[in-house]
Amino acid sequence: MERDVIIEVKDLVKKFDHFVANDHLSFKVYGGEIFGFLGANGAGKTTAIRILCGLSKPTSGFIRVAGYDAYSQTEQIKKSIGYMSQKFSLYEDLTVYENIRFYGGIYGLRTEYIRSKSEELLHRLGMTEIRNKLIKDIPTGWRQKLAFSIAVFHNPRIVFLDEPTGGVDPVTRRQFWKLIYETAHSGITVFVTTHYMDEAEYCDKVCIMSEGKIVAMDSPDKLKEGFGVTNMDEVFFKVARNVTY
Amino acid sequence: MDESFIEAAGLTKTFGPITAISDVSFHVGKGELFGFIGPDGTGKTTLFRILTTLLLPDKGSARIGSHDVVKNFREIRKNIGYMAGRFSLYKDLTVEENLKFYATIFDTTIEENYHLIRNIYSHIEPFKKRLAGNLSGGMKQKLALSCALIHKPDTLVLDEPTTGVDAVSRREFWEMLKELKKEGITILVSTPYMDEASLCDRVALMQSGRIMEIDTPAAITSQYPYALFAVRAGNINLLLNDLEVYENRRSVQPFGQTVHFAPANAANEPEGLRKYLESRGHSGIRIEPIHAGIEDCFMMLMTNSEQPKTE
Repeated sequence: MERDVIIEVKDLVKKFDHFVANDHLSFKVYGGEIFGFLGANGAGKTTAIRILCGLSKPTSGFIRVAGYDAYSQTEQIKKSIGYMSQKFSLYEDLTVYENIRFYGGIYGLRTEYIRSKSEELLHRLGMTEIRNKLIKDIPTGWRQKLAFSIAVFHNPRIVFLDEPTGGVDPVTRRQFWKLIYETAHSGITVFVTTHYMDEAEYCDKVCIMSEGKIVAMDSPDKLKEGFGVTNMDEVFFKVARNVTY
Repeated sequence: MDESFIEAAGLTKTFGPITAISDVSFHVGKGELFGFIGPDGTGKTTLFRILTTLLLPDKGSARIGSHDVVKNFREIRKNIGYMAGRFSLYKDLTVEENLKFYATIFDTTIEENYHLIRNIYSHIEPFKKRLAGNLSGGMKQKLALSCALIHKPDTLVLDEPTTGVDAVSRREFWEMLKELKKEGITILVSTPYMDEASLCDRVALMQSGRIMEIDTPAAITSQYPYALFAVRAGNINLLLNDLEVYENRRSVQPFGQTVHFAPANAANEPEGLRKYLESRGHSGIRIEPIHAGIEDCFMMLMTNSEQPKTE
């Protein structure tokens, strides 16, 4: 069976003056896949993600996200994706329910739809009781689950997660990954960056960047096998150690 | 070796309704590399700010060497090097100016203690005319460590020096700490990365403002009380779902492409589990007995402290 290609990137180049942040990147991400995007600080991950989200224009190359062109159809791209990062999550001075309503509104969902879908979401997350609590008064683990659920509330084709689990405790981190699995299982493609190498092993495919280039890309098992090592940490160390200053 | 060069007893600090740390006690030997391991918001920074004399505790006491952190704060400040969690150097000064500034404050020169920072500073010395604000993450980290060392402190206090830093730079940083340890410097370091625990001489595992356990990493992992298995199968998502409803389960935690499984009763395991997974239609089942790692122990301690058994 031919799987849908959700993200297609061929020879993506992004330059800032003379600095080449992305140097001929090529990869495909398929529907329902968990795609791990790794690399040292400054390897060019954020630059590439901004292009894939329609926030920055590529210098050259062929890029399609959810079927839309990254040069001319950035607004359509933005409607087809969800985004969550460690830093940006929710409005602390709004309640749980207000945050859901707010984001639903931003994505142009109908009031009726937002109302029924938020009931369902609150129920699924076990947050019905705390729907009127301010975000700043609920624990980090809950906030994170809510932020993620809101990022996929408008049922996007792809959700981008930029270091979603930094600094949280190991139990919460795992509960979060369970949500990611469920989301991918439901058909939404997950594009995730992380510094935790064990999390790289949760991905179907891992792409490692160094100095603006892709230096390795495969399933975690194949990567470990190929480098003759037992964990992703070793793989990462072998391919990404040429850190530039 | 001075077994209790640093000592804290019953440290407690609250901010309004929030208890940041509660009854924290420990001791650290001279020349020891001691790690505080725990997630964000667990009180590590508050503890370090008390030890570095930047905050007063509500209760309890602490000393570094013979100096009390409250009464003898001036002496302590002379003898410690502190690297705060956030990059706190002057972005508008160059690399070299920052280092010179810190040396001057402590009434010394770069030349006098260059031997201490050579291994670290040599990585960034080619860029000494660059503004600190324009450095990459890994370079900032090296400059901050150099500045913390330039007055030849006997103790280093490093607050999450590797947070947000990639796996390669993290490893390089720990190599540097190992070198510093050889100079006899006592090092306190905090981190949210469980895998870094094994690089410390001893660690304190922290959660919700309390220390759950203090020991060598090897002793902590060898004291894990349950049988533990690494389980694999074709589809990890379905495997997890099935393990979570398996009757004889104590804990089920995903670890990359395997799931760590501790049975409630070890007697008939892993044969019982294998039969169960086969009956649920899994293929490629592999079950291996394993030794617990720090993260297994951390989660076990967390779960046990969150759900106290009612007798």
